[in-house]
Amino acid sequence: MSAIPFRGWGVELQRLEHVPPPTPEEQQALGRVWGHLRPEERVGRRDLLLPALWAVQEARGWISYPAAAAICRELGLPLADVYGVASFYALLATEPRPRRMIHLCDDIVCMLRGAEALAQILHRHLGDPLEVPAHGETYGQRSLPDGTKSPEGSLPRVGWSRSPCLGQCERGAAALVGESMLLGLTPESLGERVRAWLRGEEGPAEATLPPTHLGWKGEGTPLLLARCGRISPTSLEDYRALGGYQGLQRALAIGPEATIQEVERSGLIGRGGAAFPTGRKWALAAREAPPRYVVCNADESEPGTFKDRVLLEKDPFSVIEGLTIAGYAVGAERGYIYVRGEYPEAYRTVVQALEAARAAGYLGSRILGTHFSFDIEVRRGAGAYVCGEETALFNSIEGFRGEPRNRPPFPTQVGLFRRPTAINNVETLACVPPVLARGGEWYAHLGTERSKGTKLVCVSGHVARPGVYEVPFGVPVRTVVEDLAGGVPAGGRVQAVLCGGAAGTFLLPEELDTPLAVEALQAVGAALGSGALVVFDERTDLWAVVERIARFFRDESCGQCVPCRVGTQRQLELVEELRRGGGRADPHLRGLLEELAQVMRDASICGLGQLAANAVLSSLRFLGRMP
Amino acid sequence: MTREVQAPLVTVEVDDQRVEIPEASTLLQAIRAAGKDVPTLCYHPVLEPIGVCRVCVVEVEGSRTLVPACIRRVEPGMRVRTETPRVELSRRMVVELLQTSVDTSLAPDVQRYAAEYGARPERWQPFAREGFRTRRAPKVDNDLYVRDLDRCILCYRCVRACGEEGQSSFAIAVAGRGLGARIDPGFDLPLPDSACVFCGNCLAVCPTEALVPKTQFEMRRAGTWDERRQQVVTTTCPYCGVGCKLNLHVQDNRIVKVTAPLEDPITRGFLCVKGRFGWTYVHAGTASGPGSEAEPSTPAGTL
Repeated sequence: MSAIPFRGWGVELQRLEHVPPPTPEEQQALGRVWGHLRPEERVGRRDLLLPALWAVQEARGWISYPAAAAICRELGLPLADVYGVASFYALLATEPRPRRMIHLCDDIVCMLRGAEALAQILHRHLGDPLEVPAHGETYGQRSLPDGTKSPEGSLPRVGWSRSPCLGQCERGAAALVGESMLLGLTPESLGERVRAWLRGEEGPAEATLPPTHLGWKGEGTPLLLARCGRISPTSLEDYRALGGYQGLQRALAIGPEATIQEVERSGLIGRGGAAFPTGRKWALAAREAPPRYVVCNADESEPGTFKDRVLLEKDPFSVIEGLTIAGYAVGAERGYIYVRGEYPEAYRTVVQALEAARAAGYLGSRILGTHFSFDIEVRRGAGAYVCGEETALFNSIEGFRGEPRNRPPFPTQVGLFRRPTAINNVETLACVPPVLARGGEWYAHLGTERSKGTKLVCVSGHVARPGVYEVPFGVPVRTVVEDLAGGVPAGGRVQAVLCGGAAGTFLLPEELDTPLAVEALQAVGAALGSGALVVFDERTDLWAVVERIARFFRDESCGQCVPCRVGTQRQLELVEELRRGGGRADPHLRGLLEELAQVMRDASICGLGQLAANAVLSSLRFLGRMP
Repeated sequence: MTREVQAPLVTVEVDDQRVEIPEASTLLQAIRAAGKDVPTLCYHPVLEPIGVCRVCVVEVEGSRTLVPACIRRVEPGMRVRTETPRVELSRRMVVELLQTSVDTSLAPDVQRYAAEYGARPERWQPFAREGFRTRRAPKVDNDLYVRDLDRCILCYRCVRACGEEGQSSFAIAVAGRGLGARIDPGFDLPLPDSACVFCGNCLAVCPTEALVPKTQFEMRRAGTWDERRQQVVTTTCPYCGVGCKLNLHVQDNRIVKVTAPLEDPITRGFLCVKGRFGWTYVHAGTASGPGSEAEPSTPAGTL
């Protein structure tokens, strides 16, 4: 790495050296990020940018100009770039904001649990919500130091903002506050807590958490849920006692090529939404020149989806073992787990589990006495749905803005750090150890012709037992919604089921017998996506749901390409307009929406824009008919 | 004697016409080699393509979505269609989305494509909120150029010209996200407090006058900017030994702007602060007019 980061560095450094130093707290926080790295080793480590931004954000509650300038000096980065990255993420603030921020989920599931009433409570106590930074008009000037007074001067103790889905749908309404999650919120409990915080107290102790229902039905189950809830999540002994690390042992015994063949034989397809064959992905990456990387995509952010969170919190070693096997098969020495910023609990669990695995020789050099050396780093997102798009995720780890890349080239050719990379979803990786331990052929007899194995389904909304359920592919949607999740409570009826999250489609009551399988859902114009089923009863105002979905995409667009940046805003406006008109089909507006949908699908860079009109369009099938 | 190394050729079909083109060429190059063209906005001949504006999309047989021609590499046997209704719908919509969200009145390319594809931005007007609102004031924080971000279509050209593909100053980047994304020197700093060295290469590549020399900005405001009355005179920069080729834009016998020809292999259109802005001395001591140091063309205090 060169000591001179870029040609204009001299000029930039001169300027940056005139910026006042950061506070001692900020400096200490940065020191923890640099760790043992000597100053000259930090230059060029752009991948430390996001961890550094997180550190100063947590130390001060926002990212100050002096702190940003200090990061620039250490990493050899221009200020404009650092600010560009910091201002990209919803959980990072580039101007002073209250130390205690309540990120209230008002997304499609929490809104069924009274998120609006909660928002009113917050509004009454705390005033207007702080805008997501990305959508504010102008900022910055206020945060510039004049050297005399603290920019935090008159800040209130507590602030709040609206948040997209926090992935707590089975136990909402939810709010993220610092490193903890408030769950099962009611206006009373939230109000009490906020009043305590405003008085400077810590507030009432955590009430009993609403449960996460786990269940399964059908051949082969429980496979992924077998250990969840039965073991201490960070106990390696518990994990091994229930079959853990047998998959890795088998892989190490048969060699990388045979490992890939075993996964190919299993017919395992990706569980993140795109359903790409996992074995083929690994084979494609393995044939490129080293160094290669493997990445676990734990940026689960699809509204209504929380299965990855449950796996990471309840059985983290299964994912770690899966990623280790992937690293072995692909020929990588390093893997990354990118955990969504809104999952503090999952992050902590994974960090602990990795330490345990390392201590026991399941990670590090010469794993289990073989020639295979491999280690895993955890990275934390900072509030951006788009970073679940794999190339945006690479950019985020690398310290760039989380903007998706044009493809080709594909990640298996040019991925993380521009190297060949196999990136897999959490659930996909959790499938790998049993595939290796019990054989690809055994796995392939579960499920349907084109959808092999078992699937985790997140059921939320108007059901008696919201939770994560495991079924072999091919089980009808109805079985999951009614038999496992208990159906609509108190004699209500299903109005519609949103399948696949905000990027998915609505299923009507008469379509609930569709089997949960890639091919069967395709046949009715739907897709399994991330495996989320959000159930809406007949009293739900579905227009409000559709409008929230449209707002979600507007808020989460990265802004890089025109069809998505402006198109998602225009889509939101069209939905609002249609809703105002009572939904009765205005052919002009509908025509415009359909045209826009086609252009977003055809011309957007990534899946976010391409799928942004899915749910909206599918709702028009029935919303226009409503009286 | 030099020996040219020939890259292997790839055959592709552009609107049923076969083209042979070196491998690693882009679809845009293939399309142009076939004597056709597609519109482009974020593409700039001296910068690497990034494929973000999506106005150059074409249909490629077998591809689920449309494909940006500027950045996609040719593959043997590719069949490309540049003029289908699907392609035209996307181009028209991209132009409309730009027209409804920013002021494109000084963006000649956007205007041209709007006419060519029959864009009707007004059909969004009745309900569109964002974009049809009060304009933010242009940022005038230095004597050399103005940032009028309500004209910015986020083509990233300025960011690239400021960074490693041009000046290597890295003074500006895209900040924020989604509709709130904008070009920013960091913390919304005024340019003189930023890493900007005022080479003006960002304005040289800006297609919309979101970045514009102050002279031009002021003459537009005064209603005196008139490109039909301008001539371009090519000369050599008088400052240093490099001898960059300059294009002086002259109106009424006075220099009103300086650019560099893109085709020049030395500058590729890029200049330094002296070449681009250091010409006002030419008119020093003469009668007042645009660019005169003695007397600004607009009364002080109007900006």
